[in-house]
Amino acid sequence: MEWEAVIGLEVHVQLATKTKIFSGASTAFGAEPNTQACAIDLGLPGTLPVVNEEAINMAIKFGLGVNAEINKVNVFERKNYFYPDLPKGYQTTQLDKPIVGAGTVDIALEDGSVHTVRIHHAHLEEDAGKSLHEDFAGMSGIDLNRAGTPLIEVVTEPDMRNAKQAVAFARKLHSIVTTLGICDGDMSQGSMRFDVNVSVRPKGQEKLGTRTETKNLNSFRFMEAAINKEIQRQIEAIEDGFEIIQETRLYNGDTGEARSMRSKEEANDYRYFPCPDLLPVVIDDSRLDKLRAEMPEMPEVRKARFIEELGLSNYDAEILSGEKATADYFEAAAKTSGDAKLAANWVLGELAKTLNQNDTEIKDSPVSAEMLGGLIARIKDNTISGKIAKQVFDALWKGEGSTADEVIEKKGLKQVTDTGAIEAIVDEVLAANQAQVEQYQAAEEAKRGKMIGFFVGQIMKASKGKANPGMVNQLLKKKLG
Amino acid sequence: MAIDRSTIESVAHLARLSISEDEVRQTTDKITAIMGLIDEMQAVNTDGVEPLAHPLDATQRLRVDEVTEPNQREQLQAGAPATEDGLFLVPRVIE
Repeated sequence: MEWEAVIGLEVHVQLATKTKIFSGASTAFGAEPNTQACAIDLGLPGTLPVVNEEAINMAIKFGLGVNAEINKVNVFERKNYFYPDLPKGYQTTQLDKPIVGAGTVDIALEDGSVHTVRIHHAHLEEDAGKSLHEDFAGMSGIDLNRAGTPLIEVVTEPDMRNAKQAVAFARKLHSIVTTLGICDGDMSQGSMRFDVNVSVRPKGQEKLGTRTETKNLNSFRFMEAAINKEIQRQIEAIEDGFEIIQETRLYNGDTGEARSMRSKEEANDYRYFPCPDLLPVVIDDSRLDKLRAEMPEMPEVRKARFIEELGLSNYDAEILSGEKATADYFEAAAKTSGDAKLAANWVLGELAKTLNQNDTEIKDSPVSAEMLGGLIARIKDNTISGKIAKQVFDALWKGEGSTADEVIEKKGLKQVTDTGAIEAIVDEVLAANQAQVEQYQAAEEAKRGKMIGFFVGQIMKASKGKANPGMVNQLLKKKLG
Repeated sequence: MAIDRSTIESVAHLARLSISEDEVRQTTDKITAIMGLIDEMQAVNTDGVEPLAHPLDATQRLRVDEVTEPNQREQLQAGAPATEDGLFLVPRVIE
């Protein structure tokens, strides 16, 4: 049977405020345990929360960035559960009246089409602390520095059908929040965490299958692997006659193994109710207008500009504008090189391939945008051929020079455009291959085109790829008659 | 609406309350009585009435995003039963 997967995401985005959502304690990452956890974060009796204005502003910006409606009256609720890293005994969050309503995010699919993922809503809430289970005999250690850090939880509709689409969405969301400057986007520090809901159904069936939720994936690679593994597990289970149980699962990125964490029936009764310590948040038009005016160029707008101003195709523009780091890199390379299309080809081709092979993010690329731009400029002005350019790129990647010019100079890769020098090589090759010359001259015109390739190949080899191919062709035709 | 004992036991478990057999019975009766009161209120016609999130007719004041709380770990951990390396220690939690 042919199966179809249905995927929805819940994404926790840590907001880049200086302080907690309900207290004036710092949110800086990496401080000594519990040095940034004040009486409010600890849930001590008698304390009262006060909402951080910047958290509200950032959540609104997110809503504007995904074409969503902003709920002008939104309400905080208490979600009750017990865990030591949540000392209040409840998480302050939003349920019925979240700050951000329904919206949309566009993603590029591999076939070159553009797909819209609907956002169900996004709400504000506080993060929990961290529990450390090692190193303490029979005890767990609790660090509450992260407790109270503002989050938005973004909930999508089940609009994705495979892991690649889910990752494309995740990357786009990453791009949106970093472009807006509301999140530092550092996934290794947990600034964005993904929960994936996965179910499968026979292709063509309307009704959704039972879903599972895999929690807390903090890299795009783990996310793709975890989704593929879960889809496979569900299909195999159903085909073997088992039923899928609605449950929460954990995926270990290091081992690639997944396991069940808890099943939903017994666990979730959170007894939500409106938080009596917090009044409804009312957002007035002047705040909305001010934030609207502060909105940066969003990926969609940037994409349109890449198409109109730089002449890129719809698909290239979608991929290049999808992530802020990639878009910034491409624009800088295009500017330095003076050739946007060539820059697009290099960023999507050689650079993407090499980043992928080395499992490196573009922001950490050893070849900077300026270096690549400088390299492309040398292809454009005929100093080197495209083939030699790849050698130069590899050398730059390995740190064998800080600019393309330096590498070209040091390795003597400059394309030979001196007619005399090329002519000498052409003569040498022709003299060494008399038999082929005679065959060529005896051949019909129609077959000659193919045969000339042999001589070009020999000459390029003899010149170590440095001869200008256009000039070689011209000279050959002249000499072979 | 009657509340049965399994609901009481489940809520007690979620609230991490240990209650005796007698208390289960008493609480079941008490909460059933309260539910009667709620049923009465449910009967009131509330068409066109906005749900109330807070009894005060006021809106939330917002705070400027500036650090106002310095490190007070020493004082805040003074009352904790157990700490180590700056961490609060609790009975081991295993998922």
